[in-house]
Amino acid sequence: MSTADATSVGKANMTEGIDEKKRRFLIAATTVVGGVGVGFTAVPFIASMKPSARTQAAGAPVEVDISKMEYGQKMTIEWRGKPVWIVKRNKEHLAALPTLNSQLRDPNSDNTDQQPDYAKNPNRSIKPEYLVVIGICTHLGCSPSYVKEEDTHDLGSDWKGGFFCPCHGSFFDLAGRVFQGVPAPSNLVIPPYTYLSNTLIKVGADYQEGVA
Amino acid sequence: MNKILTSSVEWIDARFPLTKLWNEHLAQYYAPKNFNVWYYFGSLALLMLVLQMITGIFLAVNYKPDAALAFGSVEYIMRDVDYGWLIRYMHSTGASFFFIVVYLHMFRALLYGSYRKPRELLWIIGMFIYLSLMAESFLGYLLPWGQMSYWGAQVIISLFGAIPLVGEDLSTWIRGDYVISDVTLNRFFAYHVVLVPIILLGLAAAHIMALHEVGSNNPDGVEIKKNKDVNGKPLDGIPFHPYYTVKDIVGVAVFLIFFSAVIFYAPELGGYFIEHNNFFPADPMKTPEHIAPLWYFTPFYAILRAVPDKLIGVILMGASIVVWFILPWLDRSPVKSIRYKGWIFKLALTLFVISFLGLCYLGMLAPTATRTAFAQLFSFIYFGFFLLMPWYSKIDKTKPVPERVTN
Repeated sequence: MSTADATSVGKANMTEGIDEKKRRFLIAATTVVGGVGVGFTAVPFIASMKPSARTQAAGAPVEVDISKMEYGQKMTIEWRGKPVWIVKRNKEHLAALPTLNSQLRDPNSDNTDQQPDYAKNPNRSIKPEYLVVIGICTHLGCSPSYVKEEDTHDLGSDWKGGFFCPCHGSFFDLAGRVFQGVPAPSNLVIPPYTYLSNTLIKVGADYQEGVA
Repeated sequence: MNKILTSSVEWIDARFPLTKLWNEHLAQYYAPKNFNVWYYFGSLALLMLVLQMITGIFLAVNYKPDAALAFGSVEYIMRDVDYGWLIRYMHSTGASFFFIVVYLHMFRALLYGSYRKPRELLWIIGMFIYLSLMAESFLGYLLPWGQMSYWGAQVIISLFGAIPLVGEDLSTWIRGDYVISDVTLNRFFAYHVVLVPIILLGLAAAHIMALHEVGSNNPDGVEIKKNKDVNGKPLDGIPFHPYYTVKDIVGVAVFLIFFSAVIFYAPELGGYFIEHNNFFPADPMKTPEHIAPLWYFTPFYAILRAVPDKLIGVILMGASIVVWFILPWLDRSPVKSIRYKGWIFKLALTLFVISFLGLCYLGMLAPTATRTAFAQLFSFIYFGFFLLMPWYSKIDKTKPVPERVTN
């Protein structure tokens, strides 16, 4: 037998000896097992990018003294890295709120994600005078500016005071309710808060009745 | 001496394809002989990639990715590190110049149909490079921890929050916190200096490999591989080295004159290359009166703002970038180059350029009713250029394409 013959015979035997079905099964099986392994290995890496235990614990409640606030004044405090505003509203401010209802997206605060139950009322607050609200626009997270009725602005002559976001032009009334026709989809978020006394607010803790 | 050199190369060639690579990509890579000035921007983009990497490494030596220290460490580089100001301005000006060069490089492809068959994949790899560049510059812009760094990142990451159901969790996962914080800065630094540069280098290599596989297009849009001499070399091709390497050096010299002029005389370019508000440290309690991204993002940002709905705005902004990927299949013209295309395509391209620049300009300004109306008009033209292309490129009257390249 010549060398050439031997080679061709060898080749023929090799092709005949292959169990294609078994080979496909083994390739599929190894791929699946390997894929599952990759999936499990990815878990710790993806999970490591979530807020860490320390980051999660950093959101302690903040106490604010509001005794020195005047009507129309806005105070900004930091809670969980976000600005929280406290605005003291007078009678005219509160009287103007229901007149705006027809121009708003969610005048009755029906979107339950945007405020705790105890702030689902026409003033969106526990005590009508004091608005406590997170100062982050619900559009793309800028912090809106406080524009009073008497400030110079180009928000129209019937502007009753509220908040204007300079980034993308959304505006909100003095209860943090969003107007129609602006990019922001929902009202500003009311954080959980409670009164420790008549002049002391605790932001970040839920309302307890009878404390103040 | 020469003998030692030859035998050293032989020794290497037996172990690594040195001569083979040199020939394939330089000495025997035949490029069309009719390249014009538009063909400088590919090699200039490569130059910018290398420059950004070098200046970036030297900045990372002195920079501190910590919310309490970052702003100060950048000022330290600017004031106390020898030539730190120069390296920092090379890097920050370099980012804008990188985008100028890349936009001109992409415009060249629009002019001469360089995205058409067989260069679809070359184009798509290029688009991935563009996407990675956007990511890289966005991540890098957070690092000085100025007001625009902070609020720019806040807005862009909030875009992910518009995705239904998973949006909020996704943006928290990206930030690693409920707001932009030290955690976010730390990880953005890692992505900016390790992750994205590796991706960019890989994509740039793939881009060049794909280019050298299919061969360069040219201002006539004629395939030079169709006409070869007896040795199988394209009749209208010349070796990349030394012809185009030497030509590109001239381009580099001219480019560096403009680049250094900006670095030395107007490194912030009146707020266009580094925004004024970024010289104030980040303040999570107060958004600046007016915020806008840097000029190379403003066309897409203007599209986002033109839509009075959060989710649709985000979708359209994404679509305005994604639509570039399918360009090779939108163009149904029988010719590649604008030289042989009819008036319809020329008009469409002109309107597109005006809209793109218009959106770029509007995106830098605060929104008013008139400006929003213009942004909406330009957005329509922007999408019309792409989505109507299968129709208008087909009915457009074209001129006959020559067999060989013209001079």
